[in-house]
Order: sequence, then C-alpha cells, then structure tokens
Amino acid sequence: MLKIKNLHASIDGNDILRGINLEVKPGEVHAIMGPNGSGKSTLSAVIAGREDYEITEGSIEFAGEDIMELSPEERSHMGLFLSFQYPVEIPGVSVTNFLKTAINESRKGRGQEPMPAKDMLKKMREVMAVLEMDKSFMSRSINEGFSGGEKKRNEIFQMAMLEPKLAILDETDSGLDIDALRIVSNGVNKLRSEKNAFIVITHYQRLLDYIVPDFVHVLHKGKIIKSGGKELALELESKGYDWLKQEATV
Amino acid sequence: MDMFKDKLLSSFIVFENQLNGGKNTPFHQQRRKAIDVFEEKGFPTVKNEEWKYTNLKPIFNKDYNVFLSSEESLEFRDVRRFFLSESDTYKIVFINGFFASWLSSTTHQNYDVCTFSAALERHRDIIDKYAGSIGRNEDNFTALNTSFAREGAFIHVPDGRAVEKPIEIIFLTTNNENNTFSQPRNLVVVGRNASCCVVERHQSLGEQASVSNSVTEIFADEGAQVTYHKIQNDGENASLIDSTTVKQKKDSTVTIHTFSFGGKVTRNNLEFDLEEPGATANLYGISILNNRQLVDNHTVVNHIAPHCQSNELYKGIYDDNARGVFNGKVHVYPHAQKTNAFQENNNLLLADTASVDTKPQLEIYADDVKCSHGCTIGQLDEDALFYLRQRGIPFKEAQALLMFAFTTDALQNLGIPELKNKLNRLIARKLSVSLDFDL
Repeated sequence: MLKIKNLHASIDGNDILRGINLEVKPGEVHAIMGPNGSGKSTLSAVIAGREDYEITEGSIEFAGEDIMELSPEERSHMGLFLSFQYPVEIPGVSVTNFLKTAINESRKGRGQEPMPAKDMLKKMREVMAVLEMDKSFMSRSINEGFSGGEKKRNEIFQMAMLEPKLAILDETDSGLDIDALRIVSNGVNKLRSEKNAFIVITHYQRLLDYIVPDFVHVLHKGKIIKSGGKELALELESKGYDWLKQEATV
Repeated sequence: MDMFKDKLLSSFIVFENQLNGGKNTPFHQQRRKAIDVFEEKGFPTVKNEEWKYTNLKPIFNKDYNVFLSSEESLEFRDVRRFFLSESDTYKIVFINGFFASWLSSTTHQNYDVCTFSAALERHRDIIDKYAGSIGRNEDNFTALNTSFAREGAFIHVPDGRAVEKPIEIIFLTTNNENNTFSQPRNLVVVGRNASCCVVERHQSLGEQASVSNSVTEIFADEGAQVTYHKIQNDGENASLIDSTTVKQKKDSTVTIHTFSFGGKVTRNNLEFDLEEPGATANLYGISILNNRQLVDNHTVVNHIAPHCQSNELYKGIYDDNARGVFNGKVHVYPHAQKTNAFQENNNLLLADTASVDTKPQLEIYADDVKCSHGCTIGQLDEDALFYLRQRGIPFKEAQALLMFAFTTDALQNLGIPELKNKLNRLIARKLSVSLDFDL
C-alpha cells in the first residue's frame, strides 16, 4: 500500500530525513517511535504532501502510484489521511459543514456523486456514538475552543467519516487522558480491517497498549535505526532510546 | 479637478432656477450656504490628511453629466438581482436620480418610507429639524451634496413604531453613453423606542464612468434601534463617496454594516455622535477587493456622553493590485466617563501587489474609560491551508473557506436571512468558488 524508498527530505537546507525505507501492507499497523526531533512529524507531513519540505532523494508510492508530484488534496482523495498533532482551529465553519465539504470534495475528486445528506447524518451519528461524542459537537466551529482531547477525538471522527486506506496518526495520544485514550483507541480499532492500514507515530509506548502494532520502527536522526515486533516498544519503554542511539553510531 | 468644480458651480445656478417655489424654504438656505463651502474648499487633494491615501484626481479630472435624464424602460426583472426580495421589503428605487415608482414600494401608513423630495413637500417640519443638522456641513463632499440635495430616501418612524419589513434603498445609474455624477440624499429619523432595518445599494448599469456622492443622515431617538446595511458591489468604472452621519440619544443602538466588494474607488465616511448615556454604536465592515479597486473606510466615533459603547470591527481581503485604507478615530470627550470603545481592523493580503494602510486614532480626554484597538495585516495561515487540503478540500476552496472563516465574526450579527444568503453568494462569487455550505 505504501512504499517509501531511501527518502531524504530537508527544510531550509537542513536535512531532516536521511534515507527512510518503509513498506506498509493492507491490514498492517506500524508504529513509529523515536525521541523528539528524530523526524517523526516531518515523515508524516512529507507523506501527506506538505510543500514546505524539499525531497532531495528517494520515492514514495501509495496504492501503486508514485505520489511525489501530487497535491495534498489529491493524496487525500486517494485515501491518505493524516491525523494532526496540532489540529487547526477554523472559526465560523461548523464540524458538519466542514465534513460535508471534505467528504463531497473527496468524492468529486474520485469521480463519485455527492453523498446523500441523510446517509451522511446517519453515519455521523454512528461514529459519534462510538467516540462517545456529544451531539452539540456537530454545530461547533472546527476545533475552536476545543480541549486537547476534543481536538484529537475530532480528528479520529473525521478519519472514520472519510474512511481512508492509510491513516497516519501523528502523536494522537499527546494531550489525552486515560479515558480519552481508551475511547480514541477503541475508535481506531473498530476501523481496522484487512483493507486498510495505520501508521501510529508516538513518543510513548502507552498508546500501543491499546492500538497493538504489527511492527515497531525506531526513528533517530532521520533514519529508521531499528525495526521489530510489538515487543520492541516494551523494550524501549524499559530501556529508553539511548542504547539504540549508541548502537546506531557504532 | 478645477474644471469639474467650475462646472458644478455654474450648474448650481441652473439647478436653483429649476426649483421655483422650493427656493423660499429654510432648506434652500442650507443649499446656498453649502455651495459657498464647496466653492471655497473644492475637491480634497492628497495634501489633505484625511485623503492622504486616496487620490481623487484620476476620478475628478474627467467630465461628468450632472443633470441626468430619466430612464423608464427598466423593468423589475432586469434589476431583480440587486434586490433582496420581490415582495417582502419596502423599496425606494431611483434611476439616474429620478424616483422609479414602478420599481418601488413605499408607504405612509404608521411610518413614512418615501422619497426625500416628497418629504420636502409634506414633512417640512422634519426636514427643517433634522436635514443638515446631523451631517458634517464643513466637509467638501457633504457641502457639495447639500447644495444639490433634492432626491433620495426618506424614512421616518414615529415613537414606538417598528417597521416590520426591511427597507431597500437602491440607486441605479444607466451610464451607457456618458459619464454620470449623482448625489443622493437620505434622511432616516427614528423616534423613541422605534426601529427599522435598511439595506442600501448603489449600482451602475453601464460601462462609462460613474460617481455617486451620497449623504445619509440618521437620527436615533431614545431607545431607538436602527440597522443599516450598505452593499457596495459596483462595476470597475463606478466610484462612490459615501458620507453617513449618525446622531444617537439615550439607550439607542445603531448598527452599520458596510460590505465593499467592488468599485473603482469607494470612500466611506462614517461618523457617530453618541450624545446621551447608554447609546451603543456598532460598526462592522467587510471588504473583499481585487484588480485595481480601492476602498477607504474613514470612521469617527464621538463619545460625547458617559456610559456609551462602541464596537468596531473591519475585515479586509485584498488581491491583485487592490488597496485598502482604514482610518478609525475614537474621540472620548472629557465628561464621557465609563466609555467602552472597541476597535479592530484585520486584513489579509493575497498578493504582493495588494496593500493596506491602516491607522487607528484614539483621542481620550476622560480618565475612567475602556478603549482598545488593534490591527493586523497578514496572509492566509499555511498550517490551516494544509490541514484543509489534507482533508481533501482543493486549494482554491480551502483558501475561500479560510477567507469565509476570516470574515465570519463581522457577519454574525446579520438579522435578515435573505441578506445573509445573498452575501454568502456574493462572497463566494467574489472569491470565485462554489461552496455548498452556509455560515
């Protein structure tokens, strides 16, 4: 589904990614862990098509297509979703209107008819029930005055509505208390299927107790320095990152 | 500019001769005084501090027809798009300065919604009491307007009455063959605890240059509620100089919305006198301009009495070579304690060639007041754009959505649903997107 080969990216002349290799297949959940400044958020932004970064080497394939030249919206229409670490506030645009626009623009991008309003409302209600969200949420302005937890829940809500093939969750656990973490994880787990895949970017292993990954990768200085199964996350939790950093420099 | 000034001065003699009996009224004495003021002052130049950023030379170096001829072939369906509603509003419509009765819907029941010329005949008491008593008679353009003042809208709401339908005032100009100069004069007098809601529009229908020098005086008596909307979406050759002055008594509320979406030069002079305690003035403006358009908002709020409040919020979006000017003055008089004055001007520049000059001016002579002001000039937030595009919303629509979001707090107090819809459509068209959501 996603094939990243030898990806190098920089911003303002600073190299951030220095040769990432990653392959994600349908049905898989990959966790990317690493200390602050290792390039985790850059990787997700580059995959989603943020234009501030310059890709100096390598390739990104998604759903069998080279997506390097595609705009963020085109990548989104193909089924790529990024849950933001810091979701943006948009005053005056309600959650409902925003989602309606996003869903129908995506459908238009794929050459589909707009979703009937009735179906959309029904689906919104179902997803909101799973995420234990209050109805009043729908008429509030996007992220305006939302607490940290509400913002993240709103991201997962949008993800569930857009039904992406690949979702990248960028530090979705930051700012969540334990209850919110459980609810959000539950929402993600319900969406897991043989057809879609997830990349979970996190600093802590805590989230991975709830969203259990198939693979764990450790990112350091723009490179994946170690990959393993879910037990690698536990090892990191007890030993920290330092032993890996040393290993990597040897 | 001197040539056109001379033409106006000689036109005054012609105009005066047309008046016949009208020459002996007190109002005509005002016209005479006013033409002297204009003769002395002429058109302002950029040397005048108030006109520093708006050069009128390119406009008034041209010649204009001052005496326009009537045009009776227009039908409602030809101009339907400029109206809010076919039947649910009162309408005072002018074509080339002449009252178009067949497009209008006026009334004298319970309150008066009619023409200024009709009021000169049948409401002399109100004319003599209010006309010319609110406007700034020493101002160049107000003086020029007063000199020729004869036609425009007249609204009089007696004590305790509420006008239950919005009132549409529309000035149409058929400038197909000649450049035109017109000078509408409006008077709105709202009595104690009375209310009304007005939508005003100036629209040129031809390709030649047109200039409108419009003066509106609004009087809000104790407890009166007045909401006045100006929709400025005229053609590339149309200019508007609008001077609106408001006088407010105890506990009255007057809200002026100014929507500037098009026109070569649009100058809005808006001035409030808060004369008695408890008065509230709201000034909201949204300007969305492109090409070589210019909008210049000059506002003055005079806090004369204590315990008054003013809220001012102007938002501007400028693309291409468009220019914006905001000059907002708040004047708190020595005895106006407990004044609450808020002023903000936020601007988005979408192109390197677009520009904004913004100048808040606070003159405070009382010590127990709350006054705040702020202005910002910026670009669209890149993070927000990326966020929207990541959710599948294309670049242009994402830009438009953020611009909608940017203007939304200046739109939130709109009471008329038809107007809100119309403005949403106008804004969407102005930003050349089709968005299927409402605010």
